Amino acid sequence: MTKEIRFVQGNEACVEGALYAGCSFFAGYPITPSTEIAELLAARLPQHGGTFIQMEDEIAAMSAIIGASLTGNKVLTATSGPGFSLKQEAIGYACMAEVPCVVANVQRGGPSTGNPTHVAQGDINQARWGTHGDHSIIALTASNHQDIFKMTVDAFNLAETYRTPVILLFDEAVGHLRAKLEIPTEGELDVVDRLRTSLPEGVNYHPYLPREDGRLPMSDFGDSHRYNVTGLFHDMWGFPTADPTSINDLLHHLVDKIENNVADITRYKEHFMDDAQYVLVSYGSSARSAIHLATERRARGERLGVLELQSIWPFPKELIREKCDGARAVLVCEMNMGQVVEHVRAAVRKPNRVFLANRVDGKLITPLDIKKFLRMIQGRGA
Amino acid sequence: MERTRIVFSGSGGQGVITAAIILAEAAVIKEGMEAVQSQSYGAAARGGATRSDIILSDEPINYPGILQPDILVCLTQSVYTQYAGIIRPGGLLLTDPRFVKPAKEADAYQVCVPIYDMVMEKIGKPIVFNISMLGTLFGIRPLFNPDSLMEVIAERVPKGFVELNKKAFTLGLELGEKYRQNF
Amino acid sequence: MAVQEYIRERFFPQMWCEGCGHGTILNSLLRAIEDLGIAKSDIVMTSGIGCSARISGYVDFHSLHTMHGRALACATGVKMAKPALNVIVPMGDGDALAIGGNHFIHACRRNIDITAIVMNNRIYGMTGGQYSPLSGVGTMATTAPYSSIDNAFDVAELAKAAGATFVARTTTYHVAEAVTYLKKAIQHKGFSVVEIMTQCPTYYGRKNKKGDAVEMLKWFKESTAKLGSKELENNPSLIARGIFADEDKPEYCSEYNKIIERASRR
Repeated sequence: MTKEIRFVQGNEACVEGALYAGCSFFAGYPITPSTEIAELLAARLPQHGGTFIQMEDEIAAMSAIIGASLTGNKVLTATSGPGFSLKQEAIGYACMAEVPCVVANVQRGGPSTGNPTHVAQGDINQARWGTHGDHSIIALTASNHQDIFKMTVDAFNLAETYRTPVILLFDEAVGHLRAKLEIPTEGELDVVDRLRTSLPEGVNYHPYLPREDGRLPMSDFGDSHRYNVTGLFHDMWGFPTADPTSINDLLHHLVDKIENNVADITRYKEHFMDDAQYVLVSYGSSARSAIHLATERRARGERLGVLELQSIWPFPKELIREKCDGARAVLVCEMNMGQVVEHVRAAVRKPNRVFLANRVDGKLITPLDIKKFLRMIQGRGA
Repeated sequence: MERTRIVFSGSGGQGVITAAIILAEAAVIKEGMEAVQSQSYGAAARGGATRSDIILSDEPINYPGILQPDILVCLTQSVYTQYAGIIRPGGLLLTDPRFVKPAKEADAYQVCVPIYDMVMEKIGKPIVFNISMLGTLFGIRPLFNPDSLMEVIAERVPKGFVELNKKAFTLGLELGEKYRQNF
Repeated sequence: MAVQEYIRERFFPQMWCEGCGHGTILNSLLRAIEDLGIAKSDIVMTSGIGCSARISGYVDFHSLHTMHGRALACATGVKMAKPALNVIVPMGDGDALAIGGNHFIHACRRNIDITAIVMNNRIYGMTGGQYSPLSGVGTMATTAPYSSIDNAFDVAELAKAAGATFVARTTTYHVAEAVTYLKKAIQHKGFSVVEIMTQCPTYYGRKNKKGDAVEMLKWFKESTAKLGSKELENNPSLIARGIFADEDKPEYCSEYNKIIERASRR
């Protein structure tokens, strides 16, 4: 069967992935460089009976998808830096109330209004700790259109599996780049449906009592089980509680359900990693330049490999250790002042062999930029 | 094919980005090639300098930027001044005398083709200038079957304007063929 | 169905202070819902943060206790996703018109079929008595120790101007009136706003020497008058109660259904 081939922006690949995953509700607010996601879904969702709404601000958009998720929809919002900041309050609410939702952040330069039309990867730590209080979060990323599609589908799958917000950390360079996308056929990628309670009406349903496998079956607003959803610490029925044991248990549950499943959540790709003496760790559009350089240097016999991260949070510590400990040096290529490099250093046995290759001027880091850093750490001059 | 790096530059409203998308889309959808297209954005929707980069290849393309284009099209004096120096030695540098007075000697095949005047004389509508530019480029350097481009143009423009665009493309092709050079 | 069946009895007695008007509003709301005979599972009660917001936990409906000011934004998501549900949003004055002011005017503008109840006690109660956008000039509050210089919103006029198609005001003294207005508001197809002036004897009352709950209720009786009444005409300084708007205009979810129809023909 020949697949449908499209020539689209990365943002459109995200839209196609969302629809493939069963997204039926989008609320958003226009912001560069993510706006195409909203524009395309405004056209596409109603064609399938889905709902699009442009809200009055970023906070409202995040709030609206939470409401819609509770009625049983798979939901998405899209934003960029300043909007991502505004959404943090409601992202925390979704963590606490365990509401599945997906937030696509097409990163641009920051802080503040920053550099709206140019690339950066400065929101890595904000994705982890943007909202207040202890919590864990899932964040995925991708460097090309096929992977944007796949990671978007995965984001919905993980949001449903773990009942949590999932952040898609894309960036301006891949978001706006036009390239080939092969639309996967139905069934080619796994789609996780929402787990709903099988309890009949009248039987006491506990929306916040995890099953043995850690999952919490949901019940849609409008169905027969009526329960409470709150951002306060709550008991297994969802009602506010100040009971120390309940608070302690809930917080541990919110963190453990993600941190105990790092292996299941971790996504990555290896490029030329067999026998690599030098490892480039990269993600998103930066990884394109890292792969470009490795391809070029391998052709000349240089043992250079790329470990491309597709999940950033929870941080894949074990993976980094396994893949990097044997390397002479590790070079983390990213477009920020060093947000992932710190976590790589913390993961490996010899942190003094981990270096940063970065660029923060709004331009996509080039293979040449990375090569210069590589030559420096190899002691071969800039 | 060999990796081909193309830069279209001009001012907002000339249609250089649309032309770039059509070219790259035809390569991917009709020719089964790999292609990426990107563009530099400014805050201005109209009138500012615009640049769009296209890479064509048979292999997957990772880094999507272009440092030295094999083909460079400059449609204003200011982008010509800005970019003429980045042309890859032996590349093709296409300009239009209506907008650009080529000042420098470039280490490239530099052609100045009166595309705009031809469009105004034979069609009278500047809106199809970018399509004639694409035709001219393919007349000089057929990167792949021009019919593929025409198919994409027909899919992208409103029904009533397909013939007009076909004509603009064909006229450009004929004009460009006069400047074809064997390498 | 008896009113008791609408409440989650295990959470009673409720957490509001003695003399607080919020319980009266809960009572009026439940009587309105009972009169209308709406099934419990067809209602989503969405609230924000504050004393008012706790109301959603006490009712045996689907209840969504959200963030400060965000109740209407969350409710918009619920309603758009499942228009068949009755969405009722009780809010405090600070919740609805300060931190949630933007969501409030835009919900009015869309004319989405949600019932908003502004439980107006002119003070932030849960945080201990700070002035709100409805306190008005001269109000004493912990953050206005020399009295407030902030002008107050007129919720009814604001809602009307922003596009709400049903707007009413009453007080906790006028319980039967509140039930009537709430019934009309819930039945109304479009965005409805019912402002219910309610007493906070603990903070507003004490800070402003308004006496106890009984005296505050008396004040509601004496300082308000029905729209169109002789009393109001003769004394325009009285606060008007009544229905300020009751219009039939295209409702947002219905309009979006037309978009779905248009889009699916493509």
